[in-house]
Amino acid sequence: MVTHEIVLPIVLPAVIAAVIALTMRRDIALARTASLASAVALLLLAIALVSLASDGSVRTYALGGWPAPFGIVLVLDRLSALMLLLTAVLAVAVLLYAVNGWDTRGRHFHALLQFQLMGLNGAFLTGDFFNLFVFFEVLLIASYGLMAHGGGARRVGAGVRYVVVNLAASVLFLFAVGLLYAVTGTLNMADLAVKVPDVAAADQALLRSGALLLLLVFAVKGALVPLHFWLPDTYANAPAPVAALFAVLTKVGAYAIIRLFTLAFGEGAGDAAWLAAPWLMPAAMLTLLLGMFGVLAARRLAAMVSFAVLGSMGTLLIAIALFTPPALSAALYYLLHSTLAAGALFLVADLVAERRAGHGDTLVAAPVFAQSGLVGAMFVLGAIAMAGLPPMSGFIGKLLILDAARDAFNRNWIWSLMLSTSLLAIIGFARGGSSLFWKSASFPGRLDARQLTRPALTITAAGLLLAANAALVVFAGPVTRYLDATAAQLFAPAGYIDAVLGAEGGNE
Amino acid sequence: MESLVATAIGMLTATGVYLLLRARSFPVVLGLALLSYAVNVFLFAAGRLAVDLPPVIRAGGDYTDPLPQALVLTAIVIAFGMTAVVVVMAARAYVESGSDRVDDEPSGNGDGGDRW
Repeated sequence: MVTHEIVLPIVLPAVIAAVIALTMRRDIALARTASLASAVALLLLAIALVSLASDGSVRTYALGGWPAPFGIVLVLDRLSALMLLLTAVLAVAVLLYAVNGWDTRGRHFHALLQFQLMGLNGAFLTGDFFNLFVFFEVLLIASYGLMAHGGGARRVGAGVRYVVVNLAASVLFLFAVGLLYAVTGTLNMADLAVKVPDVAAADQALLRSGALLLLLVFAVKGALVPLHFWLPDTYANAPAPVAALFAVLTKVGAYAIIRLFTLAFGEGAGDAAWLAAPWLMPAAMLTLLLGMFGVLAARRLAAMVSFAVLGSMGTLLIAIALFTPPALSAALYYLLHSTLAAGALFLVADLVAERRAGHGDTLVAAPVFAQSGLVGAMFVLGAIAMAGLPPMSGFIGKLLILDAARDAFNRNWIWSLMLSTSLLAIIGFARGGSSLFWKSASFPGRLDARQLTRPALTITAAGLLLAANAALVVFAGPVTRYLDATAAQLFAPAGYIDAVLGAEGGNE
Repeated sequence: MESLVATAIGMLTATGVYLLLRARSFPVVLGLALLSYAVNVFLFAAGRLAVDLPPVIRAGGDYTDPLPQALVLTAIVIAFGMTAVVVVMAARAYVESGSDRVDDEPSGNGDGGDRW
C-alpha cells in the first residue's frame, strides 16, 4: 500500500500556483482565498507529518515507483517534518499580512509564493542531490519574482545582485554535484553515505573538493561570512512579507549543511569524517560578530532586522559546527526561534513604516504615529526574542547552545563571543526602539492616521509569529524532547540509509 | 581528448569569472552563460569521456554512462530559464535606475532614505 502524504506538500502548492496563475489573474479575492487555503492545508499536513515522523521511523516515497538509488526518493524524517511545519507556520502569517495590499502592488504574488513553498518543501523532503539542486532553483526563481515584487529602482537593483549571486552559487552546486558523482557514481544521499567510506585514497582529494564546494554553496544560501554580502541588501529592500518569508530561506542552507554533513560526512565517513567542522566554526563566529555590529550600525529598522538575521545565522552555525547531538538539538531550537522572531520583526518594521508617512522605518525621531503603543510593544517582544533575553525563546535557544558548548575545546571563544554579541544586539535594538517609540513620543505634533488597510489583520499576522515564539517557550519541554530525538536520529544515519535503500527493495 | 576538454572547461570558467567581475549587466549575463556552459561540459566529463558508445547497456558491449546526459539536459533547461530571468531583471533595473551597474550603485540613486 503506497501512501502519498509525503509528496503532497510539494504537489499541493504546485497545483494551486498553476491554478492561481492561469485562472485567477484578475480576481485578487479568489487568489487570496486559494492561496490562504493552500497555506492552511499545508500547515495541517505538516502537523500530521510531524506526528507521523515523531514515532522515529524514516518514511520514503519513491517518485514514479523507481527504487532508490536509481530513482529519486523523498524522505520524511523528524528533521524534514519539522522544517515543513516551520515553513507552513511562516507562510500562513506572511499571507495574512500580505493581504493588506502588498499582494496587489505587483502581479502574480500568490502564484509566486505558492511556487516558493513548493521549492522549500521539496528541498526539505528530497533524498537526492540533483533533485535538491532542482528544488533550490524552483525556490530561487520564485524568490527572484517575489524580491522584485512592487518594483522601485533600489529593490530591483538589490534583486539583480541577489539573482547574480545565486546563479553563481548554482553553477558551483553543479560543479560539486559533478565531482561527487564522478567519485562515487551516485547522487542519492543515502547511497552516497554508503559509498563515501570506501572511496579510494587517490580520489579523496576530489571527494573533499566536492563536499567542501557543496559547503560553500550552502554557505551562500545561509549567508555565512565571507559569502554574506547579498543578505542585508536583499532582505532590507525586499517587500516586508517577502522578507519575513525569506527568514526561512537562509535556513534552507543550514538544513542542507546539517543533512549532508551528518549523513554522508559524519562519524562513518572514514577519512572524510566531520569534514566541514574546521571551516564552519570560524566562519560562523565571524558571521555572528559582523551581524551584530550591523545591528548597531543600521539606520533603518528593516536593515537592523536583516543584520540580526545574519547574526542569528552565525549563532545557529556555531551550534551546528560543534557536531554533537546536544549541540544539534540546541541548534534546531535556535533555528525555529530565529526564523519566527525574524519573520515577526520584519512584519513589525513594515507596521512602523506604513504608519510613518515620509519617514518610513528610518531610525529617526518623528511625530507619534497611530497605534504607536501596540506596535512598540510588539517590537519590544520581537527584539527581546532576537537578542536572547528572557522570557522569550531566544534566551532558551542561546542557553541551550552555551550549555552544549560546555565541553568544546573552543568553549571560551564561543561563550565570550555569544555573550558579548548579545550585548551588542541589545544595545542596537534599544537604540532603534528608543528613537522610533520613546523619542518620538516627546516629538511635537502627531502624524495623521493614514488610511491603513486592514490594520487588524496585519497586527494579527505579526502577533501570530510572536505567539508562535512564545509557544516555543511555553512548550519548551515537548519541543526539546522532539529535537533531542531528531538530533539522535541524525547522528544514527543507519536508520535513514536502511529506510532509503532497503525498504524499496532497491539493492542491486 | 581529456586535456582538450579540461582546457575548454578551464577557459570557459576563467572567462566567465572575469566577465562576472566586470559588474555591468551585459558582461555579467554573458559571464553567467559561459559559466553554465563550463559546468555542462564538466558534468559530461563526470560520467567519464567515451567516444562512439551508446548510453544503453548491451549484452557484451561497452556503454557510456547515461545519467550525466540527463543531468546536463536538466541543467541546460534551468540555465536557459535563469538567463532569461536575469536578462529581464537587469533590463528592468536599467530602466528604473538609468545605470547598468550590478554592484552597489553610487549613493543618492533610488527612492530616498538609507539603503541599510
